[in-house]
Amino acid sequence: MAIVTRKFDAVIVGAGGAGMRAALQLSEAGLKVAVLSKVFPTRSHTVAAQGGIAAALGNVTEDNWHWHMYDTVKGSDYLGDQDAIEFMCRQASEVVYELEHFGMPFDRLDNGKIYQRPFGGQSQNFGGAQATRSCAAADRTGHAMLHTLYQRNVQANTQFFIEWMGLDLIRDKEGDVCGVTALDIETGEVMAMQARATLFATGGAARIFSASTNAFINTGDGLGMAARASIPLEDMEFWQFHPTGVYGVGVLISEAVRGEGGYLLNKDGERFMERYAPHAKDLASRDVVSRALTMEIQAGRGCGRDADHLLLKLDHLDADVIKTRLPGIREIAMKFANADPIKEPIPIVPTAHYMMGGIPTNLHGQVVAPYKTGPEEVVQGFYAAGECACVSVHGGNRLGTNSLLDILVFGRAAANQIIEDLKKNQHHKDLPPDVADKSLARLSRLESQKDGESVAQVSNAMRKTMQTHCGVFRFPDMLTKGVAEMSGIAERASRTSIGDKSRVFNTARVEALELDNLVEVAMATMVSAEARTESRGAHARDDFPERDDDKWLKHTLYFSEGRRLDYKPVRLKPLTVESFVPKARTY
Amino acid sequence: MRFSIYRFDPDKDATPYMQDYDIELEPADRMLLDALERIKTVDDSLSLRRSCREGVCGSDGMNINGRNGLACITPLVGLKEPVELRPLPGLPVIRDLIVDMTQFFKQYHSIKPYLINNDPPPETERLQSPEDRAQLNGLYECILCACCSTACPSFWWNPDKFVGPAGLLQAYRFLADSRDQATAERLDYLEDPYRLFRCHTIMNCADVCPKGLNPTNAIESIKDMMVKRTV
Repeated sequence: MAIVTRKFDAVIVGAGGAGMRAALQLSEAGLKVAVLSKVFPTRSHTVAAQGGIAAALGNVTEDNWHWHMYDTVKGSDYLGDQDAIEFMCRQASEVVYELEHFGMPFDRLDNGKIYQRPFGGQSQNFGGAQATRSCAAADRTGHAMLHTLYQRNVQANTQFFIEWMGLDLIRDKEGDVCGVTALDIETGEVMAMQARATLFATGGAARIFSASTNAFINTGDGLGMAARASIPLEDMEFWQFHPTGVYGVGVLISEAVRGEGGYLLNKDGERFMERYAPHAKDLASRDVVSRALTMEIQAGRGCGRDADHLLLKLDHLDADVIKTRLPGIREIAMKFANADPIKEPIPIVPTAHYMMGGIPTNLHGQVVAPYKTGPEEVVQGFYAAGECACVSVHGGNRLGTNSLLDILVFGRAAANQIIEDLKKNQHHKDLPPDVADKSLARLSRLESQKDGESVAQVSNAMRKTMQTHCGVFRFPDMLTKGVAEMSGIAERASRTSIGDKSRVFNTARVEALELDNLVEVAMATMVSAEARTESRGAHARDDFPERDDDKWLKHTLYFSEGRRLDYKPVRLKPLTVESFVPKARTY
Repeated sequence: MRFSIYRFDPDKDATPYMQDYDIELEPADRMLLDALERIKTVDDSLSLRRSCREGVCGSDGMNINGRNGLACITPLVGLKEPVELRPLPGLPVIRDLIVDMTQFFKQYHSIKPYLINNDPPPETERLQSPEDRAQLNGLYECILCACCSTACPSFWWNPDKFVGPAGLLQAYRFLADSRDQATAERLDYLEDPYRLFRCHTIMNCADVCPKGLNPTNAIESIKDMMVKRTV
């Protein structure tokens, strides 16, 4: 069936930090770029990032990018690709200065330089004293950054398609990517967005879990589209559970609280992190802290009537520090936990937060997959950056404030690669004749399906299954049962029905389409987690508590078709420096 | 809990109407958005925007019992029943609680909401003292939810000519930035009977801002800057 086609040099799906950093680069290079976003750009989830952007500026303590690289490799539990990590850490200062030049309202030190605060897993001198590396705008760094990037795009006259949802990736017979199909949410119209370069910057998907810090929009749309188009998903068993989500609500309380001097307590008032990480204590890596919290609860030392949460104490800090450095946290705690942190601790619990895995790319943002000749071949015309991508700079566990860095570095790198590639590829490839068939079939099923389960019912079942079977600690029988349950849920998701048939701003239809993507992500997660019989980073198996470098120092690749797994080696060789050889990871 | 919600779907309704919902809340439902999500599980045709559910993305601005606010940070406790929900006033309705914000963003874009500094950037950061940086507090935190501008009678009358409180707050955010060099140009643009001077200090904007910001103060500061440059 023929549908309306629009032609661009580049199409970007997603207008968070990565998408907008890339868009800016492409617009300024004079390319015709379309940015699709389900929400107005400043509503993208980058807006909720709080604590900072990691860069070894050395404004507070001595620092350099090589120490940052070491910390990132160690934090990743050696699953991160060291070439990409070197690339990111080397560029960190430059992209932060650039952002400041764009107008970012960073907090300032007395000497006028950018304010930096300590964060978990940051060290000086390769594992020595705590480093102070996170560049911050109070505890609203993501908000300040996203608005700054949007503002620069307004200046650069970037063309946004606001409240448009990407539906499916368009690949031709050769497997090359020629654009996406997309839904204009306001009118219900479907269009083919043809492009010489297609960049996915669709963010995370922690909405697969019941308890999540993520926004409603974080439904893994890019991963769903990629998986349905036979692109594998990498390292999907690695999900970060943030130690401090507000108990019962999930809203994030930044690690900046602990960076500024806050700490965790159990019901006995004990500062228990001293037992789990004697050196770094509350500023150990997030995976380590989340496991410690979970073990405290399991040991009966949780707080409250059900002994099911712990406390984050910061009332010993100067009230002025809380008001100037952590004003957003105070607002959240007062609204969502009825606790003014100046006077009382905040009840918290580990909460699903960040997806370390994603669409496999190289450090230029090019998607790499086994497709014509080799296992890591560049898929022509297809790029990914930010949380939806797996470069992999975070490996098994991401360090706090490395995500805002990731989206700046790789948003820009992907755009630069696109600019180069488009010089070579001057012409659009022809769209395949069945360009929108898949998308239209999904929509027409929703149009005609009757008596199916509601989307809410099925997505609730998915979230519950993921939460119960694939949480902070993973148990073999639970994973096996989880795979079976998820298979059933995937089946049910393909038969949901919606009551709303309107063309205009049909949010029920959007949620049904999102569920397709969530289910791809959840399925990939469960299958990948069941297969990895070791503990590494955020993937903690009860039956295999140790890391096993002989067998498992490798990346998982999940293929949606046949739910098949494959593996590829970790890139241990950095660009210019010596490799960091895997060793025991203690904090 | 009882709700009365503005409904309009141009695909099937000739005119808007109010629809009543009676729903059983769960103990975990604390905020208005939780209740709306629960209503959506029984009637998936109710349309609204929402995303972060923590008051930072600015999606779910709506008129709640006659007052603009964000559903996600409006506690259910204390809301008078039936809770009357309408779209933000003064903007065209697309559907149900969803308004067309084109005019709002047009005004935001009109004030050149970006830092203008024509000096070649230094190798590192541009320096700014903590005191100069503090001038931006209360300004840069705006989430563009439009609660203020759609509570402003001056914006209702002249949405095409009056920049409105949200846009003017951001205009001042750049005027107040020690790194910005376009002060004269910015003030020239605003020196106009409508763009700035339609503000009659009614102060609805500051009253409803879910982030506790005060656009009226920012507008007064802009007026001060204009007076100062003439003397």
